[in-house]
Amino acid sequence: MPDILRSIFSVDFVYSALRLTTPVLFAALGSLVADRAGVINIGLEGIMLFSALTGVLGSAYSGSLLVGMLCGLVTGMFIALIMAYFSLQMKADIVLTGVAMNLVATGGTVFILYSICGDKSVSTSLSSLVFPTLEIPIIKDIPVLGDILSGHNLLTYLSLVAVVAVWFFLEKSKPGLRIRAVGENDHAAGSVGIHVRRVRYGALLLSGALASFGGMFLSMGMLTYFSKNMTAGRGYIALAAQALGNGSAVGTFFASLVFGCAEALSVSLQGVGLPPQFVQMVPYVATVLGLVLYAALRKRSKKTVRKHKRRKRGSQ
Amino acid sequence: MEDYILSMEHITKVYPNGFVANRDVSLSVRKGEVHALSGENGAGKSTLMKVLFGEEQPEEGKIFFEGKEIHPEDSISAIKMGIGMVHQHFMLVESLTVAENIVLGMEPGRFGCFNKREAFRRAGEIIEKYKFTIDPRERVGNLAVGDKQKVEILKALYRGAKLLILDEPTAVLTPQETEELFVQIRRLQEQGHTLIFISHKLREIKQICEHITVLRGGRTVGEAKVSDVTEQEISRMMVGRDVMLEIEKPPAKPAGTVLQVRSLPLSDRPDGPTASFDIRAGEILGVAGVEGNGQSELAESLAGLRPVERGQVRINGKDIKGLSVRKIRELGLSHISEDRMSYGCAADANIEENLFSTTIYQKKYSHFGLLRKKLLDRRTDELIKEYKIKCAEKKEPVRMLSGGNIQKVVVAREFSGEPALILANQPTRGIDVGATEFIRKKLVDLRSNGAAVLLISADLNEVLEVSDSLLVLNSGGVSAYFPDASAVSEDLLGEYMLGLRQMTAGEIGGAVHETKA
Repeated sequence: MPDILRSIFSVDFVYSALRLTTPVLFAALGSLVADRAGVINIGLEGIMLFSALTGVLGSAYSGSLLVGMLCGLVTGMFIALIMAYFSLQMKADIVLTGVAMNLVATGGTVFILYSICGDKSVSTSLSSLVFPTLEIPIIKDIPVLGDILSGHNLLTYLSLVAVVAVWFFLEKSKPGLRIRAVGENDHAAGSVGIHVRRVRYGALLLSGALASFGGMFLSMGMLTYFSKNMTAGRGYIALAAQALGNGSAVGTFFASLVFGCAEALSVSLQGVGLPPQFVQMVPYVATVLGLVLYAALRKRSKKTVRKHKRRKRGSQ
Repeated sequence: MEDYILSMEHITKVYPNGFVANRDVSLSVRKGEVHALSGENGAGKSTLMKVLFGEEQPEEGKIFFEGKEIHPEDSISAIKMGIGMVHQHFMLVESLTVAENIVLGMEPGRFGCFNKREAFRRAGEIIEKYKFTIDPRERVGNLAVGDKQKVEILKALYRGAKLLILDEPTAVLTPQETEELFVQIRRLQEQGHTLIFISHKLREIKQICEHITVLRGGRTVGEAKVSDVTEQEISRMMVGRDVMLEIEKPPAKPAGTVLQVRSLPLSDRPDGPTASFDIRAGEILGVAGVEGNGQSELAESLAGLRPVERGQVRINGKDIKGLSVRKIRELGLSHISEDRMSYGCAADANIEENLFSTTIYQKKYSHFGLLRKKLLDRRTDELIKEYKIKCAEKKEPVRMLSGGNIQKVVVAREFSGEPALILANQPTRGIDVGATEFIRKKLVDLRSNGAAVLLISADLNEVLEVSDSLLVLNSGGVSAYFPDASAVSEDLLGEYMLGLRQMTAGEIGGAVHETKA
């Protein structure tokens, strides 16, 4: 047992928790933007998977990281656009559209991978470029904190910047205000001349863009190649994280961090001799527990709200 | 013409289903006045305002606003022209602040940034200008109904509305809030705004409006200067009778009490009005009143859709408190809901399924756990014939039928099986004349055969024509009970409905027929 504790209370553990938070965080922020506009983006998993692949392909064939990144980004937004078209324009159910996208991604990425690399599981035959890691000047010299905060991948830092950016966007910008209005009461928003559908298109596209970075982090940061089904349910975990984050960017960050820790825990537990299959369950079990907890808390707060309302009505 | 800000001339609006909501309606509003638009539910007020606000396109007619002919295509273009609408159901985003709601869609700020301070300043400015008392920083969700309404008015003013349409603004307000609203209306008038005040509350019209236009059955009844007419005259204009449907009706022979209602609340408020009455076998008790005065609450309580928490309801002597809908139905209740599509039928299920939806669990329809299809098919054919349901075939989804035929399916289900008590809530609303006549006849037949009937209807012809005795509701609860409905004139009924008259508790107590045991 002490082994486990020692590995949890180590600098490495916190470092890896932050690192493992990155993909979930990007996707959860994407989910947040869509959710605030009143559309639920179930397709995050598929978006991440496609972007992970096209990022690798783009960078390998062009030899440019920037081109690779743009490939991944455009792919993510394109898939979000398809979802938006079917759900907003053709009035298909957004949940089913998202699930369909995820299924397409599972098979589609392997198909593309095989057609290009002749390999059905990994893209190691291509030499993908990788997002660089950064040493942060002053911070890296601080003991402990330097080891935790410095030396991360560029995208990990970008994800933290994205938290602030998404917060600012939703709370302080005009489009953000409109997204919130549309998400809460689309009739009200429509009645003052806001184009509800256009706002939702925008939110889904932004959602796709954010999730695409989560996918690229997996194949061009954490690993250096694409591997079959490498998202491993992170798109769904992100949905849970966003729900736990209670509609705010900062809340979403902390909820994602919880899942990052769960994943880091699962990694460090593998070192202490527990059966690997059991250990790999940890992030998913954490998701279920998190959602149950969230539902229980929300139920209680709703109840109090209702009581309060009734009292208010009663006193009129 | 120059003193008119708005004139709508010969507006005719026909809905795609053939319903004529406005027929050659004209409305002229003078600049700077408060103009009442009045009439019963379904008289065409809302349609006329939707046409003005660009939400509906008229088939015929012209609209002139500030001397120019306009064709508002949607509400956004109407807003741009200077027409504002305060909906009865507020169009507000609850989690946003008052200021954010006011500026939404026209937010201040540059480069995509929302300048909150400027929003507060602008909202504060407009609040100040019209002397509203409201905090621009408060979240709309925390506001009382009256304050939410102010936000709606401010929204319209922020968008430069010169003409404001208030759609039954006082329906949701307390008397104090109503007084406050009237003060605000006067202020708006002083600032040069013109208002259209939709209402059927005569006292309020008298108090606040200069002119009144009355609609009835989709037509203009007339326009008058409010100070020239009495409340009684307005009431007559509003509820005056059209052609009557003649129904053969043998005299009622009331027998033993079927339904006993005692102190049943008519609203959610603990101190709100209650009702007590009895209905005897072979009697139709009509409930008349402006909608929203407890009719829905009454019907829901009796049907088991709303728990009876206070007061008492007995069907054939059995207290229904805590009983499930099925148990209440087994006591002999049948229920025609006012909301046909939500409660009356399952729109996507077929006619046969709908006809047996309330009885399919009964033993006689199954055999060793399997449905007796042949029996059901035969009964369905019989009912379709008896109730003259026009359909392609019995397996047709109910959704495909016309409104009148859907209602016939509901009625066929509810009337077959010898109900002891029929709760008919707006049984003929929005359906054609033929089906209406058929359903009314059936109601009378059933009562002649010994059923007790509670008929709730907004259609005054219907309540007066079909009922044996009559209960009248207004905002203060039960305002009158007439043991003989045929002796009631529509003028008198209108005055009780609109709260101009009130019977004493003793007179209303006549509705309770205590059986002397």
